[in-house]
Amino acid sequence: MQDAAAHDDSKGQYFWVWGALLVLTAVEVWLGYKQVFQPVAMLEVLLGLSVIKSALIIAYFMHLKFESAIMRWTLTISVVACFVIMYLFFFPDAGRILRLGVK
Amino acid sequence: MADATLQHDSVQHGIQGEFEAPLFGAYSKKVGMWLFLASDSLTFGALLVAFSYNRISNPAWPTPFAKESIINSTIMTACLLSSSLTMVMAVFAAQRGDKLWLRNWLFATMGFGTAFIVLHGMEWSKLIGEGMTPFTNPWAPTVPQFGGTFFTLTGMHMLHVTVGVIYLGVIALRKMFLPILGALWLAGYLLIPANNVFHYGVHALLIGLIVSAVILFLKPKVYDAHDVEVAGLYWHFVDLVWMFIFPLVYLMSTKIV
Repeated sequence: MQDAAAHDDSKGQYFWVWGALLVLTAVEVWLGYKQVFQPVAMLEVLLGLSVIKSALIIAYFMHLKFESAIMRWTLTISVVACFVIMYLFFFPDAGRILRLGVK
Repeated sequence: MADATLQHDSVQHGIQGEFEAPLFGAYSKKVGMWLFLASDSLTFGALLVAFSYNRISNPAWPTPFAKESIINSTIMTACLLSSSLTMVMAVFAAQRGDKLWLRNWLFATMGFGTAFIVLHGMEWSKLIGEGMTPFTNPWAPTVPQFGGTFFTLTGMHMLHVTVGVIYLGVIALRKMFLPILGALWLAGYLLIPANNVFHYGVHALLIGLIVSAVILFLKPKVYDAHDVEVAGLYWHFVDLVWMFIFPLVYLMSTKIV
């Protein structure tokens, strides 16, 4: 169980998280504007960075890191499982269309 | 935020069955909001997957976002990230019972959120002015789905931000917020030109006003630190979703001159 005073003491960590999120955003903008990668690779890199940013927001700003283990794991596993299913259904097909050159 | 887990009455007094400790060890409002956010993340997940699918399966995908659009959307991102920090500060203020700073931080969060909506509205107006509709776009006639996917995804998010600003306004000011919301709706309706999509979009504020009034009059209460924390969860989620929309929609469609 977390204690209110303990969180007040660690208020500075939220500024660090905010700073890290801004830096990651700047990296994304640089990658996107310079078009460092081809579209599919770019999508993967940008989504990878977005996953890191969202993990920071969920863990610290939304405080899930400090919730009970059962709540953490139930929410994380259920949502991630749904996204994995969506990914498996759609993206191989999208890539196939690209390779076959369907207009 | 401090009350991450709940020391329930049943644990304290040993009354099993009648007041059982909650499964997640958190108060029900928070669990309810988390479950709503989990379901809402699937709504956005479906929209994001649809957008990504279309993006990578169409080599002729339009790239209309030039330098000024990227700068604009980067500022919007910074607004949302900063609003999350001010929201965290609001939760801290609520936990220590500091009503003045609670309101100040909530107002700062609402200010960042409003700035985001205004900047996004300007971006939409610019694109519509260039000839983009949900069914056509002037940059890639063979990819008509660009407009539909763009407006659906960003419009859904803009609606969530608007609801979030109203939610925080209700938490900060309770019934005092209703006339402010009414004035904003009327001003928006009268001042935004009739040929602008937001002339009608501003009616979202009227719907928000009616729903807020029903809640505030049917269940008047003083919102405590738990309510502020739950509102904060919603707000951070809105921020989180934008962390995917921004790179996917804007950075994947930059126009290099």
